[in-house]
Amino acid sequence: MSTVVLLTLTGLGLAALYFLIASGLSLVFGLAGVLNFAHGLFLSVGAYAGWFVATHWALGPAIPVGVAAGAATGALVELVVIRPLYRRPTEQVLATVGLSLAGVALLQSIWGADPRSYPRPAWTAHTTGVLGAQVPDDRFLLIGAAVLVLAALLAFLRWTRYGLIIRAGVENRAMVSALGIDVRAAFTLVFTLGGALAGAAGVLGGMYFGSVSPGQGAGLLIFAFIVVVIGGLGSVTGCAVAAVAVGLLQQFVNYYGTSGAGDVSVVALLAVVLLLRPGGVAGKVTA
Amino acid sequence: MKALIPLVLAVALPWSTLDIPFLFDGPLNSPGTLQLLGVCLVFGGLALGYDLLFGHAGLLSFGHALFIALGAYGVGILVNHFYWPLWTAVLLAVAGAAIAAFLLGAVALRVTGIALAMVTLAFAQVGWIVVNRDPGGLTGGEEGLPLGPAAVPGFLVGVANTVNLYWLALAFLVVVVAIVHGIRRAPLGRVLTGLRDDERRIAVLGLSPYRIKLATFVLAGALAALGGVVYVLLTGGATPYLASTDLTLSLIVMAVLGGAGTRWGALLGGIVYAYLDQRLTHVGGSLPGPLGQPLFVLGTLFVLAVAFVPGGLAGLRRRTLSATAS
Amino acid sequence: MILSVHDLSVTLGGSHILQGVSFDVPPTGITALLGRNGVGKTTTLRAVLGEIPATGSVDFGGVPALGRPTHRLVRDGLGYVPEDRCVFAGLTVAENLRLAVRSQDPDFRTVFGLFPELKQRSDQSAGTLSGGQQQMLALARVLLNPQRLLLIDEPTKGLAPAVISAVAAALERMAERVPMLLVEQNLAVVRRLARDAVVLAAGRVAWHGPTEELLGDPARTRDLLGVGSTVRRP
Repeated sequence: MSTVVLLTLTGLGLAALYFLIASGLSLVFGLAGVLNFAHGLFLSVGAYAGWFVATHWALGPAIPVGVAAGAATGALVELVVIRPLYRRPTEQVLATVGLSLAGVALLQSIWGADPRSYPRPAWTAHTTGVLGAQVPDDRFLLIGAAVLVLAALLAFLRWTRYGLIIRAGVENRAMVSALGIDVRAAFTLVFTLGGALAGAAGVLGGMYFGSVSPGQGAGLLIFAFIVVVIGGLGSVTGCAVAAVAVGLLQQFVNYYGTSGAGDVSVVALLAVVLLLRPGGVAGKVTA
Repeated sequence: MKALIPLVLAVALPWSTLDIPFLFDGPLNSPGTLQLLGVCLVFGGLALGYDLLFGHAGLLSFGHALFIALGAYGVGILVNHFYWPLWTAVLLAVAGAAIAAFLLGAVALRVTGIALAMVTLAFAQVGWIVVNRDPGGLTGGEEGLPLGPAAVPGFLVGVANTVNLYWLALAFLVVVVAIVHGIRRAPLGRVLTGLRDDERRIAVLGLSPYRIKLATFVLAGALAALGGVVYVLLTGGATPYLASTDLTLSLIVMAVLGGAGTRWGALLGGIVYAYLDQRLTHVGGSLPGPLGQPLFVLGTLFVLAVAFVPGGLAGLRRRTLSATAS
Repeated sequence: MILSVHDLSVTLGGSHILQGVSFDVPPTGITALLGRNGVGKTTTLRAVLGEIPATGSVDFGGVPALGRPTHRLVRDGLGYVPEDRCVFAGLTVAENLRLAVRSQDPDFRTVFGLFPELKQRSDQSAGTLSGGQQQMLALARVLLNPQRLLLIDEPTKGLAPAVISAVAAALERMAERVPMLLVEQNLAVVRRLARDAVVLAAGRVAWHGPTEELLGDPARTRDLLGVGSTVRRP
């Protein structure tokens, strides 16, 4: 029983991390139609910015600084690289591929290829007893952050004008323009938002794994992609459901099966979902 | 048959003692230069093989590295752990990769566009995970799998025989060119272009887009595996890089830089990219900051090329030609 | 003239959809844009709106329109009601309307006067509305803001006869306030609403003149719009 509790909460911690990465990715794809390979870069930039602040100054501001760095990178990429390629979707994807390669190499040239150990708040090293299991507190940090972000995102989409524009744009972006709305401003917004969430994921992920390396973002990105596709492109709720499914599946199979089997089973889940529902769990059919 | 001239030059190159400073460290026939050129030729072939999917059939696969790794690790495992003779192992590894391409393609090609990209990416990720986890000590994990020299025929072993490896790489490239250009000329080539532009048109003709795509996917997978084998012989072993998404991304960069869907674009892109990658790694230490990172230079070049040079090198050449003609 | 289209050409996927289309839309009343299926009526509207690249010239209210972003043209008073309505299915009726509001003083009175049903269904999600209700919502979206010209694409397509009649009546009332360029297959609706007609054939303007002159002549109607075209009473 205590093993199951521990695995569940660890799986949910992982799910929280996936959700933070995938929700921004999903909104960027759903609205702007860009499969953003540079999203892992946003995460790495946020992680290193947070790491720099935490090691040179203080741990407290690491998260806001990481978020700001991720957001700034996202906005910059949209304005400088994505926007001039508007209406050339393949080129947009290719440009983000180039950015992800160049960006990781840039980080590597500054901080080296080897992982750097990531400072974390002292309390996350403690454990809390839950139903007989001793659960490390860093899980709760991640889960709490993800729940907070999920609630904030849903409220933003539901109650604000830009949320309305994003929801409408995910459905039919040309029609949003035809209502006199500059949908490209919303593109910049989702890239910034996605960058901010990825930056948060970078800092929290660094604390969770205890280290940061230039390729960390790209490694997590693949699972985030899987979460996005399973969840249905452009759906935040679908994303949350898929992140939980993927995180739990991965954790349980990795524990009870052989090492690496969890990662493979996640891919199998993706294949099954795509074959049964090509539009993902949320069911928005996108080519 | 203008293509024969570079071919003849490439075949004859190892007899040249020409020393080109800056471009190469030693004369053309030195083992170091031949090895570098051999790797360039392999990547030329791999990029052209990938472009059969990407540029010609319009299938954006992010899983090509999986098949390269299947060829590379397949041969390594059969030779090192099961003591198979090299050529039988090569045959089996390539055939195995083709079968894997058939099975995975049968699933993946049921979806199109971005979903296809995602599924292939995910499948390839499984390959990456397996290679790194080193199941049963078969793949060597992060260390890679050096090919046991005992199993390799003598004429392919040793510094003095680098020239034979160079020719082997050239032969691989010629095979890929012959197959891809053969398909371009055959009716199948027009069908592929039709598929890329508008799948419905092909369906109207009574052809099954799914089967044609699957056949192309299998062929491209087999060519990738063959390239993986040649790469292993040339460099002495398989490394996890061969199974990584980064390798697939590099192939995309090569195809696009050279000009996707053109006769020679991807081949040229592959050669130039592999050359720059190796040379920049070599001279990297002497360059300041990020310029010492080949991927930083190549990635930035790629973004600029995508933004400002549509059609890649091939498009650039075409435009220059038409500009000088007018 | 509120809209002057001159030598408009569009090439999509290697085929020439429009090959030098020229016509004018007067500042009052309804102008019908007619033609058989696939002659480029929708393409013409979308090119005017800047949704697809085109060559030639388009003049909207005295200002060149080609090359300007869609949302700017729309803000200048070019309202668009696309084929198949394109309401946002995942948004409620109220949200659909709120999204469309641009002015300080949106004209909800006119909208709910014309389409009282929308007020009752404001919390219903637009995807669950009937085809006729979706059409009303699509028309309502452009009516909330001050407009100088409406581009309306097949508003009666796929609707039941009684609903067609209601939509036609609404269009008639709307036309008292703002000129329209109307793509419409139902010739009875065209006859009832449109003063002038522009007929496209094979990517060009084949005929241009008063609607009555076109529809009053069965031979010409059949020749330009196809054998199957009949004038049904709505």
